[in-house]
Amino acid sequence: MSPFVIPNRIFDPAAECMPRTERAGFQATHLRRTVEQARKIPFYRRKFAEKHITADSIRSVEDLQRLPFTTKQDLREAYPFGFFAVPRSELARVHASSGTTGKPTFVGYTRNDMKIWAGLCARFLVAGGLTADQLVQVSFGYGLFTGGFGLHQGIERVGAAVLPASSGNTQRQIMLLRDAKIDTLICTPSYALNLAEVIAAQGIKRGELALKFAHFGGEPWTEEMRCAVESELGIFAFNNYGLSEIIGPGVAGECAARTGMHIQEDHFLVECLNPETLEPVPEGEEGELVITSLTKEACPIIRYRTRDLARLYYDPCPCGRTTIRMSRIKGRSDDMMIIRGVNVFPTQIEEALLKVDGTAPHFMIELTRPGNLDEAVVKVEMRPQEFSDKMEAMHRLRDNISREITAITGLHFHVELVEPNTLERFTGKAKRVIDKRNLSC
Amino acid sequence: MPIKQLSLFVENRPGSLSAVCKILKKENLSIRTLSLADTQQFGILRLLIKEYDQARVALEKAGFIVKVTDVLAIEVPDRPGGLSDILEILDRHKLSVEYMYAFTFGNDDRAVIVFRFEDPEGAIKLLKDEPITMVKAETLFK
Repeated sequence: MSPFVIPNRIFDPAAECMPRTERAGFQATHLRRTVEQARKIPFYRRKFAEKHITADSIRSVEDLQRLPFTTKQDLREAYPFGFFAVPRSELARVHASSGTTGKPTFVGYTRNDMKIWAGLCARFLVAGGLTADQLVQVSFGYGLFTGGFGLHQGIERVGAAVLPASSGNTQRQIMLLRDAKIDTLICTPSYALNLAEVIAAQGIKRGELALKFAHFGGEPWTEEMRCAVESELGIFAFNNYGLSEIIGPGVAGECAARTGMHIQEDHFLVECLNPETLEPVPEGEEGELVITSLTKEACPIIRYRTRDLARLYYDPCPCGRTTIRMSRIKGRSDDMMIIRGVNVFPTQIEEALLKVDGTAPHFMIELTRPGNLDEAVVKVEMRPQEFSDKMEAMHRLRDNISREITAITGLHFHVELVEPNTLERFTGKAKRVIDKRNLSC
Repeated sequence: MPIKQLSLFVENRPGSLSAVCKILKKENLSIRTLSLADTQQFGILRLLIKEYDQARVALEKAGFIVKVTDVLAIEVPDRPGGLSDILEILDRHKLSVEYMYAFTFGNDDRAVIVFRFEDPEGAIKLLKDEPITMVKAETLFK
């Protein structure tokens, strides 16, 4: 157990503790504004026209049911900026998430969006122990990924100091943690476990670190992982949730009670639907999260199908916040993988294989976590036209596949060439991924 | 004058070699010699078989990827410097060896080295006037 209790602090009590009935009125007003803003996007203008939806017809939160869904594919088809509702001059930032194939999905922010986003990150950081006198190490990558910059701004909003370590170079990360007497660490949970392991292996004693809190996101994790990292590092670890299509980190986060992640309901409407029927699941049951933004200007998004499976909790939380809470992410309703915090779709691997040889062979992805870090293997069936009796040519083939996959996903995959017809065949939709990481809760 | 060699893609796992041999046994085919180039994960099995086309059909039917390539079988004198002399000739003609493997055959244990060149026919032309004994298929599979 950790040696101190978590204080219950609330960054924005007016918003976070607003009575639910009052919030519903606030949400209805902002849903109407979002529909108005979304009309500037051709995709929504067309969908609204089909369904005879006008902003004026939005009277309550229940009207959400009439609004169209948005999928990753819709965003992809509008590449690059088809889902932007403001002119270039009003943009303050553009981030990107990985697409289902080579092209990313861009998301934009106005100055006001940025301000709100920083505030949302500040909410969960404060809920998880951050105070203005702390020094925070951000070990998320700074770049197109929303994690690094999103958390950075949130920390600054709280008034704390940021050490932007960015990702990679474990030795240096540990040196910074120790020498800079870091109070709070931001990274993926699997990377934290890896850090803990290296710290232990190097014989660094608990007393040499000042670390008290950690905020993890970017990939699904389990209570077992929380127990392990908390006991190994002597800290409190908090879960937060977000996705770049919606805003990035800041959609939801845990409080000191740690009974689910509070959804920032004054900025997002979250539904929990059966992914097959798209009807709401009974209260407390697992379903796909479908999210509508309420305040975004640059990229308002309506009923975005996150494909993330989770539960919603409506009962009051002892912390005093009135917002509903969501469980950990239990899985996906599509085949997206999260490998070392990076979103990867099997279609991206297929695209890489196509680049190597025109037509994609049968392949299978296998994910494991031998230590604390993910390992990805892609097994590729050999075909006669690619086979050579020369080993050099075979190595070249394997290296070309590996290079194309890295170019598209940014990740290293071990490539294994296997005999023909040895990978399982599927009559329906191919199951391309075998995940042996035991990430289900 | 080139010899037909079969190359097979095999995974590096228990049973993969015996699967190949079982098929050849069923076809009643004899392997003159073989060589295996392996990595941690897969290998390339190279076989010299008299009835190479019958073997290819049977192996492909069983799902293997088989490639037929021309190789040269060169007899090496059984004395110190025997191989060195041959390689010197190859060097002189700037013939680069992709891979090679050695075996003995016949009652008198004649030593033969199988050479894989990028262009086997070109190599034969270059070497035809050199003091090199190329073993023909008829001799090898007698």
